[in-house]
Amino acid sequence: RRRRRLRVFCQGQQAGPLGGPPARRGAAPWGSMAMNYNAKDEVDGGPQCPPGGPAKNRRPDNTAFKQQRLPAWQPILTAGTVLPTFFIIGLIFIPIGIGIFVTSNNIREIEIDYTGTDPSSPCNKCLSPNATPCYCTINFTLEQSFEGNVFMYYGLSNFYQNHRRYVKSRDDSQLNGDSSALLNPSKECEPYRRNEDKPIAPCGAIANSMFNDTLELFLVGNESYPTPIPLKKKGIAWWTDKNVKFRNPSGGESLKERFKGTTKPVNWVKPVYMLDSEPDNNGFINEDFIVWMRTAALPTFRKLYRLIERKSDLHPTLPAGRYYLNITYNYPVHSFDGRKRMILSTISWMGGKNPFLGIAYIAIGSISFLLGVVLLVINHKYRNSSNTADIT
Amino acid sequence: ESLKVLKMFTDFLSFMVLFNFIIPVSMYVTVEMQKFLGSFFISWDKDFYDEEINEGALVNTSDLNEELGQVDYIFTDKTGTLTENSMEFIECCIDGHKYKGAAQDTDGLSQTDGPLTYFDKADKNREELFLRALCLCHTVEVKTNDTVDGPTESAALTYMSSSPDEIALVKGAKKYGFTFVGIRNGHMRVENQRKEIEEYELLHTLNFDAVRRRMSVIVKTQAGDILLFCKGADSAVFPRVQNHEIELTKAHVERAHVERNAMDGYRTLCVAFKEITPDDYERINRQLIEAKMALQDREEKMEKVFDDIETNMNLIGATAVEDKLQDEAAETIEALHSAGLKVWVLTGDKMETAKSTCYACRLFQTSTELLELTTKTIEESERKEDRLHELLIEYRKKLLHDFPKSTRSLKKAWTEHQEYGLIIDGSTLSLILNSSQDSSSNNYKSIFLQICMKCTAVLCCRMAPLQKAQIVRMVKNLKGSPITLSIGDGANDVSMILESHVGIGIKGKEGRQAARNSDYAVPKFKHLKKLLLAHGHLYYVRIAHLVQYFFYKNLCFILPQFLYQFFCGFSQQPLYDAAYLTMYNICFTSLPILAYSLLEQHINIDTLTSDPRLYMKISGNAMLQLGPFLYWTFLAAFEGTVFFFGTYFLFQTSSLEENAKVYGNWTFGTIVFTVLVFTVTLKLALDTRFWTWINHFVIWGSLAFYVFFSFFWGGIIWPFLKQQRMYFVFAQMLSSVSTWLAIVLLIFISLFPEILLIVLKNVRRRSARNPNLELPMLLSYKHIDNGY
Repeated sequence: RRRRRLRVFCQGQQAGPLGGPPARRGAAPWGSMAMNYNAKDEVDGGPQCPPGGPAKNRRPDNTAFKQQRLPAWQPILTAGTVLPTFFIIGLIFIPIGIGIFVTSNNIREIEIDYTGTDPSSPCNKCLSPNATPCYCTINFTLEQSFEGNVFMYYGLSNFYQNHRRYVKSRDDSQLNGDSSALLNPSKECEPYRRNEDKPIAPCGAIANSMFNDTLELFLVGNESYPTPIPLKKKGIAWWTDKNVKFRNPSGGESLKERFKGTTKPVNWVKPVYMLDSEPDNNGFINEDFIVWMRTAALPTFRKLYRLIERKSDLHPTLPAGRYYLNITYNYPVHSFDGRKRMILSTISWMGGKNPFLGIAYIAIGSISFLLGVVLLVINHKYRNSSNTADIT
Repeated sequence: ESLKVLKMFTDFLSFMVLFNFIIPVSMYVTVEMQKFLGSFFISWDKDFYDEEINEGALVNTSDLNEELGQVDYIFTDKTGTLTENSMEFIECCIDGHKYKGAAQDTDGLSQTDGPLTYFDKADKNREELFLRALCLCHTVEVKTNDTVDGPTESAALTYMSSSPDEIALVKGAKKYGFTFVGIRNGHMRVENQRKEIEEYELLHTLNFDAVRRRMSVIVKTQAGDILLFCKGADSAVFPRVQNHEIELTKAHVERAHVERNAMDGYRTLCVAFKEITPDDYERINRQLIEAKMALQDREEKMEKVFDDIETNMNLIGATAVEDKLQDEAAETIEALHSAGLKVWVLTGDKMETAKSTCYACRLFQTSTELLELTTKTIEESERKEDRLHELLIEYRKKLLHDFPKSTRSLKKAWTEHQEYGLIIDGSTLSLILNSSQDSSSNNYKSIFLQICMKCTAVLCCRMAPLQKAQIVRMVKNLKGSPITLSIGDGANDVSMILESHVGIGIKGKEGRQAARNSDYAVPKFKHLKKLLLAHGHLYYVRIAHLVQYFFYKNLCFILPQFLYQFFCGFSQQPLYDAAYLTMYNICFTSLPILAYSLLEQHINIDTLTSDPRLYMKISGNAMLQLGPFLYWTFLAAFEGTVFFFGTYFLFQTSSLEENAKVYGNWTFGTIVFTVLVFTVTLKLALDTRFWTWINHFVIWGSLAFYVFFSFFWGGIIWPFLKQQRMYFVFAQMLSSVSTWLAIVLLIFISLFPEILLIVLKNVRRRSARNPNLELPMLLSYKHIDNGY
């Protein structure tokens, strides 16, 4: 047992009474208790530590804080105050939940797995590594038309973009256009930092593993030839990422010159300055690249790929009917049992289709309301019985 | 192969780094701060302020605040603790003749009127001898206000001594006409009834000590006679009186007086003297000087010499000095009793004196059955140990018969069953503890302890200081190691103050040794009530809540991170940004709990002091038992799971924003963290029953700071950071309606069990309400008892 003392020894004069042996202080043993306690010391009275100055007033201040009497709100959570909260919560949560649930149900979503593991799948042929480039086509039908803006996502499964060593394998200074970091990337990028004595731009495992399948969508209309659906590449990344966090290096005229002295990531086919033809979507500010660089939270994830903008109010963006998806199959996932999917989805004020939130709100609201009722009954019963008990 | 081992090792270390937050290192800091700052409230309390000594409470340690709320046994000294220790000379007895003076000691101006009314007179010479003895046998020092002193100045004398008894005696002698004027050049000067100054050469002072319980002086009169005056406790003096028959009869009368006085609650001292022939004195002087000069075993040698000198004395008389009970001592004892505390009085005084004090301060009720284990009850028989054994067995039988086995119900039983009190004295105690080395000694002790535990009040009288400590140690080592508290004012209590868990010193008249060796020092015994019932209770509740809350909030914090490992390939990827990991315990959640643990008053201070039984609610470390701990752990586990899986299911969608943009892992972590910070803070808000402006400020301030910090941290590309993980994550997160809805929902789900529990507790309390419990305890039950 610890007994630590914050003690200030008092320095009073300690003459032993009447020429006796100089008194030792009995205060000596620190925690060693009475073992070496000395009976002789008890006599030691004598003039003790004289109180500071005689005039000094040691009365503690009579302030609310020091006397622990600060004005305070002392809530008493009784059944009377808590029960209404249950009802209010119930009454608020249930409508919100219904609203969310309905909204979520109105969102159209279709998911097409094009990994090709199934032998009957058209993309099955692309599983072998030597078939590059490999093209395959998947047919599908939209039962209902997709109205408003439609978004195309690609989804990967069993892909651990949140692995610790993967997440840190990037150099944000390089991506922000820092010229020294461009030629001398961070050590975090190892082993994708240099290739053949040239710095890699963009360095690191994330960039190296960038998704590079190309997806094209065609509507098989009533006419004999299919109509390509226009897919917009821009506007899929966070605004701040595109405009602040990611920047091409400054310098030379063309983008190629600015990246001079660097080499492409090992797995890439094209260097970074040839990602797109448009200059404001090329290099580090290519939006497909930016989207990829925002590492996903879970091993099964979706990333925004293209926008399909609404043409007019009269026609649905994607009318019901038969479509086919043209895939340039570059991205191997078979080796780690991964899956690749293409998702088409409309959107609402609350984002994509997500039944969880609505159901949770309805469930919690109902539980809250029910408990409120149950407790109200119990409470009422008790009040009655305790009243009668008081009387008797 | 070696690579694999290395990988295992680094993985292990990485996980250690990842999960180390679950050990709340910051708790240690916060607890220390809470204890340090919290202890100020005791010294600031104006209820502990005493006008007389112009001082408040003193806190010597900040470590034991919460122990004040856990005390099971209180050991209190009598003199100066239960009583005022302001002595008043009441009466004296010379050669068997009783002299009773006016009770009030006036300020000393009118004392020279001559002898006061005597009931019947003893021989004039003996009377004067007795008064001279009172004037000479002491260690009082005189402080004169004026250096040019003469006999006329005697009125202005102020006496100073370590023992108030001595002052009372000297003042008493003054009342009868003998005034001690002071010491000059080694001569004690006494002004006698005829206003003449008598001078005595002070040869030796045989100091008082608690073992001998007497003191002596050797003086040389002007005529050249050498006299020894001795005063001390009756038990210390009677055996040393000459065994002549006349003396013996006298002694008997005297003894009767002493006993009666003791019954009245007075402190009695016997005075004896002896004449020493010059030859003897030579020898004594030599021995004394030799002993004083001894380099080794000086104390033993001195003691032996003292022992030799103080023999064959002649008894002159006895004095009775009254010691008044302290203000509200009885109320305090009663309150402590009803708080379920066991109060033991350990005193060096005579049994009769102590017993009457115990009755006066209601430690013993009239209905209390007293069990006595004293020399008186034992001496009658020939073999002490057999008799002791018999008594012990008998008492145990009586007690076990009366009480149910379990100690839990014992507390309740106190108010209903017969109360027992035990009285034991020092010599019997040493007989029990140190009885001959056969197997029975252990047996005695255990039986004795069984008896002690069943008694509501125990009085130990005639205790030497070391015995006090021995008793405390014995109780401290009982099964279940109860928390002991000792309170005392004098140097002889220091051993017991140091021995017990909590030592309380009274800033009394016997110097400051007790106060300086104690953990807390208060001016009066009555302050113990508020110190334990209010301060102790609150501190215990505060610190218990603090500790539980810390484990809770850190488990909440780390559990999602643990669960995340299952979704990131066990790669030790942190869920939260490094800044959040660092700041969580330091900035976001530390101040609210610190403010809570300093200011919380779940029950009003006034209620706590007026209803002592509330103290029982927290006895036995009730808030830190397995049950409450499991509840907190369960709550934390539940909340951590809700945070993680709530966010997990939220992320089972393509996008959370109306423009379909996708969130990454840092947004995931930030959502979890936001819910976490709000939940643990609001949980504390739900627990807070005393909302001062400080609580409001730190609770809402912490949340506001979190939001502000997150915006700030994500608002800038920080040049010193290698990775801009959090850039605009927080702001982007808040731009999504779904996230807002999810955060509100998850906070509510997390707090739901807590709210439900509050309601259920409320209903249960209502159902358990017993009309009897509503009676205000303190005043009621004694009065009812007396009424019947």
